[in-house]
Amino acid sequence: MMPILFAALQDAAVTAPAPALRAGLTVPLVLLVLLPLLGFVINGAIALAGPDSVLRRGGTDSTTARNPVVTVVGPGVLLASFAVAVSIFLKMRSLGAGAAGPLDAPLVVTFARWMPVGNLAIDWSLQLDQLSILMALVITGIGSLIHLFSIGYMRDDASYARYFAYLNLFVAFMLVLVLGGSYPVMFVGWEGVGLASYLLIGFWFGEKANVEAGKKAFVVNRVGDFGFLVAMFLIWVTTQQLDYVGAHAALGAMAGSPVVLAIALFLFLGCAGKSAQLPLYIWLPDAMAGPTPVSALIHAATMVTAGVYLVARAAPIFAGAPEASLVVTAVGALTAVFAATIALRQWDIKKVLAYSTVSQLGYMFMAVGSGAYTAGVFHLVTHAFFKALLFLGAGSVIHAMHHAYHQTHRRDDPQDLRNMGGLAKFMPATAVAMTLATLAIAGVPPLSGFFSKDEILSSLFARAQGSPLASASLLGIPGHTVLYAAYGLGVLTALLTAVYMTRMLMLTFGGSNRTGEAEQGALHEAPGIMTAPVLVLALLTVIGGWLNLPALIPIGPVGTLDAWLAPVTGASAARLGGTAHLDHNTELLLVGIAVVVGLVGILFGVLRYRAPIADKAHSPEDTGLLANAYRVDGMVDALIVRPFRGLADVILGRGVETGIDRAFSAGGTMLIRTAAFMGEKLQDGDVGKYAWMLAAGALALIAALTLS
Amino acid sequence: MIAEALIVSAILFVIGVVGVLTRRNAIILFMCAELMLNAVNLSFVALAKLHNVTGQVFVVMVMCIAAAEAAVGLAIVISVFRHFGTVNLSELRTLRG
Repeated sequence: MMPILFAALQDAAVTAPAPALRAGLTVPLVLLVLLPLLGFVINGAIALAGPDSVLRRGGTDSTTARNPVVTVVGPGVLLASFAVAVSIFLKMRSLGAGAAGPLDAPLVVTFARWMPVGNLAIDWSLQLDQLSILMALVITGIGSLIHLFSIGYMRDDASYARYFAYLNLFVAFMLVLVLGGSYPVMFVGWEGVGLASYLLIGFWFGEKANVEAGKKAFVVNRVGDFGFLVAMFLIWVTTQQLDYVGAHAALGAMAGSPVVLAIALFLFLGCAGKSAQLPLYIWLPDAMAGPTPVSALIHAATMVTAGVYLVARAAPIFAGAPEASLVVTAVGALTAVFAATIALRQWDIKKVLAYSTVSQLGYMFMAVGSGAYTAGVFHLVTHAFFKALLFLGAGSVIHAMHHAYHQTHRRDDPQDLRNMGGLAKFMPATAVAMTLATLAIAGVPPLSGFFSKDEILSSLFARAQGSPLASASLLGIPGHTVLYAAYGLGVLTALLTAVYMTRMLMLTFGGSNRTGEAEQGALHEAPGIMTAPVLVLALLTVIGGWLNLPALIPIGPVGTLDAWLAPVTGASAARLGGTAHLDHNTELLLVGIAVVVGLVGILFGVLRYRAPIADKAHSPEDTGLLANAYRVDGMVDALIVRPFRGLADVILGRGVETGIDRAFSAGGTMLIRTAAFMGEKLQDGDVGKYAWMLAAGALALIAALTLS
Repeated sequence: MIAEALIVSAILFVIGVVGVLTRRNAIILFMCAELMLNAVNLSFVALAKLHNVTGQVFVVMVMCIAAAEAAVGLAIVISVFRHFGTVNLSELRTLRG
């Protein structure tokens, strides 16, 4: 099978760059996607055959659930995939990434025709360029670490094999999403990660709340997917093409037309769903019902950034619709500050991180909306580092808390910050790593978050000062006002971020322990297989900023990522940003503001949350507006879910149930009963009547024969 | 000659049919059925004269079957009488649906 496949690949149609390049990259490109898929097949087979299989019923001895094959295959395929991604990246690098190089145009590999309908011809194709390989590196790299972490975290879970099967499936689809060569192929990955996300949110489907959370994520994402689909239809109707290269070329020539604006807005609706932006963010906090490594991989580092990737991928479309770009910026800014305020008063450690993720995604959208695609992608990468670290660290904490409560048979909430406190003493490595991540997300130099956040804020400011985007307007509001407002909200968000992250850190690791006297003895650092990935991520969190150092702080190679992504997004960025540039003093001032805001936030957090608090059992229920996330869920329930349910009740309940059902079920019995009644009268046992019928029949037969 | 024979045959047959349809006594019904058979026999014989001898052969066969049928049929009638105490078909309606 495999040799045949590869032989076919050799003949596969490949456009653009030099033939020598494609020969060397086609096979690795396919391997990159197929390896996790292979892992899914193997682990899925083991899961189906295993004692935890959904095909079998009844309980299982959890200690026997862990299959060594799964332990090797699950993370193994990811590591192999990462190695392939690295080899592709190194090869691309050796070819030279600069303009007019062999990689100036993307490498598109077409494998087979997928949907030939009339003049619609959609192919299975992968596109390799600087952006997609960067995403692939992040996905497989962080994915590998999280797979390794999962070995420890899911050690005692009965559904160990099923877990890795889903996780592998997710990575495979995520790679299809970022490597797909056309919008429909991306959509396959887009829906696939949605499926994997749904499966993993509801992973512990024994509890109804988890299933509900999975369903919510799926349904809310449908709204966004509708936007994506409509955008694809519009692209097709307008350009008769759906592959990136062709469609972008055609749409780029139509810049400024209403249809391009419509396409961009519908695409952004898709992004808002997948990347949890206002008003479609409501599914992400609930998605924390899944296992914590899943939250780290899917709901923080990779899947939720797909929207940011899509905007960067469709940069030529957004660059041709400045109003849509302003919408992206505005929604991103509002989401960033909105979610950050909610995060200020969440008690569940994962909820804090979830709202933080929503907020940071808003940051990324601010950047890509303003045409600072590199800044957005840069923050995507650094955020993947430190947010994955934060989630994995939270996973270690929850793991320790869970075991402590398990040992003393106490039923309490292992995720509630009020039950933690003073954990630094018990889990020093995790505490150090999470502190680093907190400093990074708060924007303390020279950690990665500082550089990416600063780049977003300064590019927003630069574009507000003067750029084609600032000259556009959104609903009568001039572009520069929107951009200045976004910058202001960005700074405010930075302050809030520093506060709520410090709060989380202080409540988790600082002060005295509130877990309980008996439980304290059982609190311990996570096993090595869990702390090692956390520490690797901590290293990445520290050095991640070197990916794209600003010219202002030349402590290493400057603007690496800028140069790397230039062939993909450079032209679009220039179209929106023009020659927006900050003079040296302004730039210094902006950096100063960002640092001061971050430090003030941290200081405030430390002072404010130093005081001891009561544990959860001794705390009154928090009924504050922020603790309940502005009661948005209740509003959505009242405004959308319940009216919808009522409507369904009327149409389906009254209309279908009593109407159609009765017509078919009751009507059916009536028909049969009538027929039975007539049949009964025909054979009432009176032989004389039978004789009459016989004679009548004979006569009728004779008549029919004679007359014909 | 043949025409007269066929007319007599038809009259006999109709008497048999009307008897079967109107009477309720099993024995009479039985005899009416025999009458119909014999009416058919008569037309067989008459038509055999017109065509060939096959009609006469059929008559012999019909008489054989009528004899067998009479034997079985009368036996049934007797056992019906023993079981129900009557041979009036209007009263024998145990099988009604």
